[in-house]
Amino acid sequence: MQPVERRWQDRYLPYLIILPALVLTIGILYPFILAVVYSLTDYRLVSPVRHFIGLTNYLDSFRDISFWSSLGVTLLYAALTIMIEVPLGLGVAMLLNHEIRGMRAFRFILIIPLMMPPVIAALMWKMIMAENGILNYFIGLIGAAPVPWLAHTYSLLSIVLIDVWLYTPFCAIILLAGLQSLPKEPYESALVDRAPGFFIFRRLTLPMLKPFLILAILFRTIDSLRMFDLVYATTKGSHSTMLMQVSAYYEAFRWYNMGKSLSHMIIIWIVIFIVSRMLVSWWNRAMQRATGTER
Amino acid sequence: MMKRSRYSTPKHRTLIWLALAGYAVFALFPLIWVVMMSFKSHIDIVSPVPKFIFTPSIENYRAILFGGQSVQYEAGQTDFLLYFRNSCIITISAVLLSLLAGVPAAYALARYRFRFKDDIAFTFLSFRFAPEVAVIIPIYILYQRLHLYNTYVGLIFVYQLITLPLIVWIVRGYFEDISVEIEQAAKLDGYSWWGVFTKIALPLVKPGLASTAVLAFIFAWNNFIFGLILGSSDTYPSTVGTLGFISYESVLWGQMAAATVITILPPLILAIFIQKYLVRGLTMGAIRG
Repeated sequence: MQPVERRWQDRYLPYLIILPALVLTIGILYPFILAVVYSLTDYRLVSPVRHFIGLTNYLDSFRDISFWSSLGVTLLYAALTIMIEVPLGLGVAMLLNHEIRGMRAFRFILIIPLMMPPVIAALMWKMIMAENGILNYFIGLIGAAPVPWLAHTYSLLSIVLIDVWLYTPFCAIILLAGLQSLPKEPYESALVDRAPGFFIFRRLTLPMLKPFLILAILFRTIDSLRMFDLVYATTKGSHSTMLMQVSAYYEAFRWYNMGKSLSHMIIIWIVIFIVSRMLVSWWNRAMQRATGTER
Repeated sequence: MMKRSRYSTPKHRTLIWLALAGYAVFALFPLIWVVMMSFKSHIDIVSPVPKFIFTPSIENYRAILFGGQSVQYEAGQTDFLLYFRNSCIITISAVLLSLLAGVPAAYALARYRFRFKDDIAFTFLSFRFAPEVAVIIPIYILYQRLHLYNTYVGLIFVYQLITLPLIVWIVRGYFEDISVEIEQAAKLDGYSWWGVFTKIALPLVKPGLASTAVLAFIFAWNNFIFGLILGSSDTYPSTVGTLGFISYESVLWGQMAAATVITILPPLILAIFIQKYLVRGLTMGAIRG
């Protein structure tokens, strides 16, 4: 905007306009700061006194085998869901990027899981994955023994399956938007050159789609590392499905160890922050290359 | 992207259609099965051979909405209507509050240069990425002290974590899309910033604004953890209430299925209206489709 004469009200106007949102933000920010402060104490909900104990909670975590296992499960969960959802979503997006009969209906069906409360989606799958549920019935039809979907070794993979059902559409619609924004000319010349389909995919579609792929990975990483609802509604963290947020929830609201729980949350928060910073700078570079603003 | 001619043969089109139909079955099957379940009697639900054909009954819906004492169940859970109402109150108020505070903020972030602008914008965004438990624990402690625990006001405030970043970031993008010249022309005609904002800018972003509000509603509606921890049986939203059909003694499958169907109806119906704006909303405005 042109800097016209800047009177004092012009200078303070933006702050004034933003004030209500800022008040809310500070209201939200305050608990965030408390979270950091409490993580440095031995705060227990059941005892009125608390002491500043420095980094003890953090150092204890690093010596705690259950902390490492829950961090490991969380990272594994995020890796599995992303490695399935992004390629599958890309496949669906490429299928949807055609003008054929019924395409609008397909596109709407695709976003139905995405609009559902995750905890409700998990409940639906819990009903389906019940011991005598429909899924085991289908499996029995092909002669296999019933699978204890939400118990023992299968539980983490079952929750990954629910996550895939819920969030593959997220990747698909982002990547579909990406496919639809790609320029036509490279494809036209590739066709003239009679380039094989796989070559076009490797050398044209994938590189041009990179910013969209990174964005899908970014959002899915952040949400997978914070996953709570799906686990709480299905296994409640039993049988090797103790993701970080679930274990922190129990630490705080079953054992009342607020300080310890918060230290775990701050660690996962730092992990999320670092990973997303890396992905965002990667995305920025990809965007610059895509829009040709690179120097 | 152009349709490549080699994929336009009838054979290819049939293959694409079949693959998509396969995915559609995967996407829809759980939903269809649970809808069927909600109309089944308890005997049909627990039958060892799944019943695809059965006599539909609205008993489950009657039980959760009006508390009918059905023969097959020990008791009907009658609180569901309260939970549904709680969801409506909390979600709609949270979205309205976010609109009131967030839309002017989005306008300022889009139009003005001022100090700390990027920091303020980033703070809004960072709420979207924080693990919820990290912020819920201090809020839980504060709410106990301030007597906001288990109140609508407390929940509406904490729901700002979901609705405010969404509205500020996405609506800011819509304001940025309006050309500055239109607003400057209005300014030369003697409009104050308020006049420009309400008479020029707001009408221009109306469709985007409406769709963002709907999306914020959907995300707030779908939330579970805030209600679980900061609410109690008076203020639970219906996501938490639906989980209540699992008790230690038994699972009321039929009623839970009916509650599931009722809970997912509002977001699914609203989703029909915002399809065009969905990509932009889901990526916090990073993709301006």
